[in-house]
Amino acid sequence: MELILAIVIAVLTGTGIYLMLRARTFPVVLGLTLFTYAVNLFLFAMGRLHYNAPPVINMSDTHTDPLPQALVLTAIVIGFAMTAFVVVLALRARADLGNDHVDGIDIAEPEPAETQAQEEANS
Amino acid sequence: MTLLAIVFLPILAAWLPLVSDRLGRTACTVLTLIAPVVVVWLALSHLPMVLNGELTTVSYNWMPSLGLNLAFRVDALSLMFALLIAGIGILVIWYARFYLSKGDNLGKLYSMLLMFMTAMLGIVLSNNILLLVVFWELTSLTSFLLIGYWQNDSEARKGARMALAVTGGGGLALMAGMILIGQVVGSFNLSEVLAAHSLITQHALYPVILVLVLLGVFTKSAQFPFHFWLPHAMAAPTPVSAYLHSATMVKAGIFLLARLFPALGGTDLWIILVTLTGLTTMTYGAAMAMFKHDLKGLLAYSTVSHLGLITMLFGISTDLAVLAAVFHIMNHAAFKASLFMVAGAVDHGTGTRNLRILKGMHKFMPLTALLSVLGAAAMAGVPFFNGFLSKEMMLTASIGVDVFGGFAWLIPLVATIAATFSVFYSVRFAHNTFFGGKAKKTPIFPPHAPSKLMMAPVILLISICVAVGLFAQPLVGNYVNLAATAVLGFEQSPYTIHIWHGVNTPLLMSALALAGGVLVYQFRAKLFTWYNNQPDFNELHIFEGLTQWFAGHANAFTNGLENGSLQRYIALIVMLFGFMLVLALAPLEHLTGDITMTKPDLIASVSSFILVFAALTTVFVHHNRFGALIIVSVVGLMVAILFARFSAPDLALTQLSVEAVTVVLLMLALYFLPKARLNESNAPRVIRDIIIATVAAVGVGILVFAILTRPMTTIAGYYLENAKLLGGGYNVVNVILVDFRGFDTFGEITVLAIAGLGIANMLRNLYLPLPLTDNEGRAWSTEPHPTLVSVMARILLPLALMVSVYIFLRGHNAPGGGFIAGLITSVALILQYVASGVGFVHERMNFNYPRWLAAGILVAGVTGMGSWVFGYPFLTSTFQYITLPIIGTFEVSSALPFDVGVYLTVVATTLLILAYVGKLTTTERVDG
Repeated sequence: MELILAIVIAVLTGTGIYLMLRARTFPVVLGLTLFTYAVNLFLFAMGRLHYNAPPVINMSDTHTDPLPQALVLTAIVIGFAMTAFVVVLALRARADLGNDHVDGIDIAEPEPAETQAQEEANS
Repeated sequence: MTLLAIVFLPILAAWLPLVSDRLGRTACTVLTLIAPVVVVWLALSHLPMVLNGELTTVSYNWMPSLGLNLAFRVDALSLMFALLIAGIGILVIWYARFYLSKGDNLGKLYSMLLMFMTAMLGIVLSNNILLLVVFWELTSLTSFLLIGYWQNDSEARKGARMALAVTGGGGLALMAGMILIGQVVGSFNLSEVLAAHSLITQHALYPVILVLVLLGVFTKSAQFPFHFWLPHAMAAPTPVSAYLHSATMVKAGIFLLARLFPALGGTDLWIILVTLTGLTTMTYGAAMAMFKHDLKGLLAYSTVSHLGLITMLFGISTDLAVLAAVFHIMNHAAFKASLFMVAGAVDHGTGTRNLRILKGMHKFMPLTALLSVLGAAAMAGVPFFNGFLSKEMMLTASIGVDVFGGFAWLIPLVATIAATFSVFYSVRFAHNTFFGGKAKKTPIFPPHAPSKLMMAPVILLISICVAVGLFAQPLVGNYVNLAATAVLGFEQSPYTIHIWHGVNTPLLMSALALAGGVLVYQFRAKLFTWYNNQPDFNELHIFEGLTQWFAGHANAFTNGLENGSLQRYIALIVMLFGFMLVLALAPLEHLTGDITMTKPDLIASVSSFILVFAALTTVFVHHNRFGALIIVSVVGLMVAILFARFSAPDLALTQLSVEAVTVVLLMLALYFLPKARLNESNAPRVIRDIIIATVAAVGVGILVFAILTRPMTTIAGYYLENAKLLGGGYNVVNVILVDFRGFDTFGEITVLAIAGLGIANMLRNLYLPLPLTDNEGRAWSTEPHPTLVSVMARILLPLALMVSVYIFLRGHNAPGGGFIAGLITSVALILQYVASGVGFVHERMNFNYPRWLAAGILVAGVTGMGSWVFGYPFLTSTFQYITLPIIGTFEVSSALPFDVGVYLTVVATTLLILAYVGKLTTTERVDG
């Protein structure tokens, strides 16, 4: 099982990083999400893998390490907040710069203002 | 306490001149003088102790863990310097009152002078070598300001910059040296360092320490080849030059040489390095001074030369040499400060300092002429002046330095030559300016004599020169001996200063130098012609060129690395991370560790397979944004299942609810972002990214596998055992969150709140074009809120809320708690937004989310502070069992209100984010 989990984390890392290297904001957000999963699973796995041993005292006889779990729990929530922050940043950039390129400069589109007008015309 | 006052009084009074500037120059001067006068008075109160040979020290803790304390000491050496600094400071402040023209800001100059005074006093009185470095750097900074006083003058700015670069750079070397000394000795206390001579000098690092410390000393005291900043610092107003570049700042290096003499001095390496540097500087400075046609330039190089002389004496290291050095420090301060003031007076009265224009000025300023002849005589070392006495002692000390063996005769020879040069420029200073024929036309003509008040400090200083020259032994003999003792660190046989030692070698050398100097002066015209034919050489140009070169290359490097592309930054960061990972994994001998592996489990294996498949699919279909989003949510669900399977019910619940919220958020984002595009990246870029991602993935995979198959030690035992006992709960994860590590959680919900507020701010006045169709050009449904969905959602709401209350309450003992309950509540409310629209929800419950968010933090914070009332640290929790009839026994814990705070923050933040982003889709936008 350790091997499987290692592969899972590896794949999440790889796909996350690949998407984070894309030029448009939406794939970057997706990549960030995948990478967050990878990091959370990684931290969680540091407590090792145990079946049926939740760290709740009256629920089972053996208990897994509660510390990484406490760490990851808040990490998940904060991870959401940070994803949301990036999403809104992307929206703001889209509004202010007129494109969704991570560098704010769109080579493919000639003029930001023109693009916006074009898009509205298309829609 | 008086020591603290001596050091810090000037800087504490630095605001006085700034404020009192408008009251008039005299009032400003008087107020400025208060601090240095008090300092002199306080310093003199220590004189009786010092004369008794007592050492006074004080120490106040500053950063004891670093060994940095506010420790000060007074002995003969530091008291001598303190009196010089404060005393000459008083004279300079007085003089500047008359020197500065009406247009210049007197208050600013005074304020900076006072700050500089504190820095200097700090250096000489420190009893902690780190503290000394702090003050050392302060002198570099304040002198930078003082040299650049006329900030509109480009020469002043360049000169200031150069001085800062050279002395500040030397200061860094000094700091390194001091830290090494501290490491070797085991203490930064100066008294202990001074007692550790053999420990330091026999240490393997001694040469490194010595060179580092000497770099600091030589840059500060303008020793060759670091002398070049000093002449360029002459762009400062003359009072500043008189103060910094004769009596104080440049003497800081000399002071340090003397101060650390017992710890570092006396070794062969010391003698060779210090003596030769001093000798070279003395000769070179004197030679350069001969050819300067600027009065201040002449004095600047003469200062370089005299600093070299003192340095050489400390290098020679004999009792007599040290005594001569100490004596010359005093003498030089007296005559050089007065000569600078004379140069300023001439400049003031004639409008020029150029020696090719100036001549015959004695007619216009007879008093100044007289004073300058006397001062120059002291500088040249004419008998019956103080300069003569210390120069005689210097020449005596220069004979027979053993370390140089067969070449020892070179030192007195070169010293005599330097003395000859010194006579030459001294004669030139006085003769060329005030005599030498009829006055030529100067910029201010006829020149006006400086006022008597302006010359008062000069008169005082020259009187001292003459008095010490005539009655050295009764006036200062005892004190010089004491100061030399303080430098040497042991009591030497007392030396009596005599004017007449009979006819001996030093006297002959002295006479030779005097005669030679005057003789060469007769042929000065030829000498200047020869010098003019030499190639021009200006250190400033070289220095500025070097600076430009470095700045240019640094800029080019930065611009090359930082081209503004986020993609490149992320790639670089990931590559560095991958590189470090490879580096860390390289020493791994075998991949698999010792512990037996867990058996694969069906559910976990299947979900892992789906997860891997989904993650890879996301990458392949990411151009289809909507599809990619759906698949990512599958990944999230599988992660939740893995959490559940591996005994983390809390995490599974959290992941599940966060997943729901995230998908809604990303759907909203998708609504606004431009449509999907075909692959934009070119093939090489894609291949590069695949390689980067693969390397990182393989590295992380190996890392995880290697860690998971190796045993671990954990501190979990403590938490598992004490969760019930101390925290009163069975769910250890929750107890850790709200109790053991409550402070961390408090920080985390604060981060959450800040993210939420940041988002609210970014959304303010944000207008995005509302697309009228979806990506395939289909119009939106005309029925935005289907009845079935909205009715179902409404039925679900109370149910969901009840579940969240249940999850919240049981959190302490079973999976659940504030975070999860908060997320469930959020999901239930978001469902209402989705099903019935923003308008519908806001008609019924119009919460001000930022306010609720603040309330959440407040509840958590106040709960934490509650424990203060009972005298416990922040966030100490307590719990109690209460038995009520019918309901039975239950637990009341202070962790509960804290968890309420967590709950409120999570709900408010999540809803704030989604509701605000959601509102963008309607005409009701967030404005203001």
